[in-house]
Amino acid sequence: MNAVVQAKAESRHLLSGNEAVARAAWEAGVRVAAAYPGTPATEILENIALYPDIYSEWSVNEKVAVEVAIGASLAGSRSLAAMKHVGMNVASDAFMTQSLAGVVGGLVIVVADDVGLSSSQNEQDSRYWGRFGHLPILEPADSQEAYEMVKRAFDLSEEYEVPVIVRMTTRVCHVKAMVTVEGERIEHPAAGFQKNPQRWVMTPANAKPRLPLMHERDRKFRELSETIDLNVAFAGSDHRIGFVTSGPAFMHVRETFPNAPVLKLGFSCPPPLDQIRAFAGQVDTLVVVEETEPLLETEIRAAGLDVRGKDILPRFGELAPNVLRPAIKPLLGEPYEVPKRSQASVFPRPPTMCASCPHLGPYFALSHIRNLNIIGDIGCYTLGAGHPWNALDTCTCMGASLSMAHGMDKGRGESDEKKSIVAVIGDSTFLHMGMQGLLNMIYNRGNVTVLLLDNRSVGMTGGQENPGTGEDLHGLPAPRVDFAKLVEALGVRPERIRMVDPYELPTMVKLVREETKMEEPSVIITNRPCSLTDRFERFRSYAVIDDKCTGCGNCIDLGCPAIFVARRETVTAKSGKSKELVFARIDANACTGCHMCVETCAPEAIVQPQPQNRVIRIQPHG
Amino acid sequence: MVEGITNILVVGIGGQGVMTAAEMLARTAMTQGYDVKKTEVAGMAQRGGVVSSHVRFGPKVYSPQIDPGEADLLIGFEAAEALRWLPHLRATGVAMVNTLRIAPPVVSVGLYDYPPDPIGELAAAGIEVHAFDAGAIAEELGNPKLVNTIMLGAISDHLPFPAEVLKASIVEGFRAYKPKLADINAQAFDAGREAGHAKTVSRRSAA
Repeated sequence: MNAVVQAKAESRHLLSGNEAVARAAWEAGVRVAAAYPGTPATEILENIALYPDIYSEWSVNEKVAVEVAIGASLAGSRSLAAMKHVGMNVASDAFMTQSLAGVVGGLVIVVADDVGLSSSQNEQDSRYWGRFGHLPILEPADSQEAYEMVKRAFDLSEEYEVPVIVRMTTRVCHVKAMVTVEGERIEHPAAGFQKNPQRWVMTPANAKPRLPLMHERDRKFRELSETIDLNVAFAGSDHRIGFVTSGPAFMHVRETFPNAPVLKLGFSCPPPLDQIRAFAGQVDTLVVVEETEPLLETEIRAAGLDVRGKDILPRFGELAPNVLRPAIKPLLGEPYEVPKRSQASVFPRPPTMCASCPHLGPYFALSHIRNLNIIGDIGCYTLGAGHPWNALDTCTCMGASLSMAHGMDKGRGESDEKKSIVAVIGDSTFLHMGMQGLLNMIYNRGNVTVLLLDNRSVGMTGGQENPGTGEDLHGLPAPRVDFAKLVEALGVRPERIRMVDPYELPTMVKLVREETKMEEPSVIITNRPCSLTDRFERFRSYAVIDDKCTGCGNCIDLGCPAIFVARRETVTAKSGKSKELVFARIDANACTGCHMCVETCAPEAIVQPQPQNRVIRIQPHG
Repeated sequence: MVEGITNILVVGIGGQGVMTAAEMLARTAMTQGYDVKKTEVAGMAQRGGVVSSHVRFGPKVYSPQIDPGEADLLIGFEAAEALRWLPHLRATGVAMVNTLRIAPPVVSVGLYDYPPDPIGELAAAGIEVHAFDAGAIAEELGNPKLVNTIMLGAISDHLPFPAEVLKASIVEGFRAYKPKLADINAQAFDAGREAGHAKTVSRRSAA
């Protein structure tokens, strides 16, 4: 068992922010926790799952996760939902109204903003949700604070009967830092659901009387924000600039300007405006350092205070010391030149699909068929937009492929008349939010060819389970959705539902060709598991026989990272034209023997050598 | 910059064990009573991308990130990756580099070139560089996964605590979870330590 799960009171541990949240949830007596995987929040539920006292699940999407948490709360259980920032958009329908009705058992929503965009499609600022939904926000700056604030959040949630948001960022979730674990689990038994339609049935008649209560709650929170010990002023000897800051930006400020006074907001929504006013009076210039949007800054300015912020600091990305220094130093009258460093010129190393990735086959097919508009989705298959496939034309949000493809079909321009519209989506994304798009397309008589790439995992976040994998968050057997039956039930004709082994390239290409010519929707479902999961079966690796390789380069087009260019040669063809030959080599350590490349090789130069005693493989690593 | 902080940057490619090595350094520093922070940028690293793990320890660590020009030690698990992160190393820094070269598909298909002599370029920058083929040592010891421990052995004499402390921490870790691998990792650590001393490409230019 994981060491921190067994951690004793007062012991110190090196924990990521996500691990700290899990420990805190356990100590706080959480009974139900739900999430959908998403970087950088994924490990919160993975770690909560290690504590047997908590019921935990992968929900099919973030809205479902929050609703599960709300239901548990109404039954009197402390509950937690975790998600990445874009998950909040999906979940918002639920909490925007529950904010009005309130909660019973403490309900905490942990949201992780991907400041710096390490693995996301946008960089939105979740602190808006606190303002929009009248919900308080706590902002930890490191693992210790994540641990403490999650526990505080549950107390506040119950005291004020409101969901509480804990806003993390990548630089809290994934930083490992020292945490002193204070205690053991304190049980909060569920009182059971108390029926009360005026409270829980949000019809207009019942919701209206809740509005003044919600605004009264806001007022109480404004008062609380002025006095709560999570908002702390650090005295400094150099009063030329005083910083108002929150989250990991606080750490960067302390690192860069150790002598400056700092007002750190752990309870940042609503902000303590009186405290900020008093703090401003003690410094020459007030500067707000906040990631990402100028939210506190706008509120402070609206309160009539002079403040600097996004006029000198970037509105995106992390506010690390090397960003703060050049922005702030000139304010101090200390000109700052960014040190000149020789920038080493090294090639990029863009993320790519893995050896024997089951997405390679479909993208080989898509990159070899003309006149397609390929509408993509969120997952590893988004990498199909890159080299060498260049076979993905859009990526917006979870599940968008099917509905956007339908819209593109209906809104065809003249240049699209002869094109086929393809939607590419993975199993988990389809179950998250894609199904509705397919239902909509069928209902409205659209014509899109859907590639449902079922690799039986949430691949990009590290191979988590979903209702299509046959296992749950704990790796225990679970009912497994039948995709063919599901899409048939949504209205796809059985003749147009094609199951295919993505490793069989000729079939894969043929099927995509056939189905994109059809005048009705089709769904092509692939059936090989993600090659980084335990479900993947590794075979003996292949090698290229140099004498037989003709340099056609077909296998290179597959985009498998185990296949390399051994050498190039320019030859003159009979026609007199010069032509470049590309001879291939296979890295035996990386090759897993999936056999796909063999099917691209006419001269049969790719073979399985005699078995070797030792298999060497770089282990995938999160 | 806060006084008394050691900044170690461990770099390589997803799957090489960069984060495990960084974790080992962080945990060992913790046992020595330091405040420790460790962070990495590895968003989609599992798919063959660049991984850089920052380890900072000292009396009190605020920001988890190492600024450009602030790393005391650079551990490169791959030659071109070490070169990529050279600007993060301070002028008095030490680079410990595995000479392994892994060309990504964009290089393999000819869109970019692999630098012809990354170790030479590092040496030319005037920093202290030690470079050796950790993979070859691992092969000799019979397990390619030992590269991680070999690299840690190599850097161990440049840490603010004794090399033996790191070695004990690694070996005890294996003894607790994978006892069969404890002895071979002890050997790998020593072999790495020796290689780190022997394979000196350039000393710091006397300033």
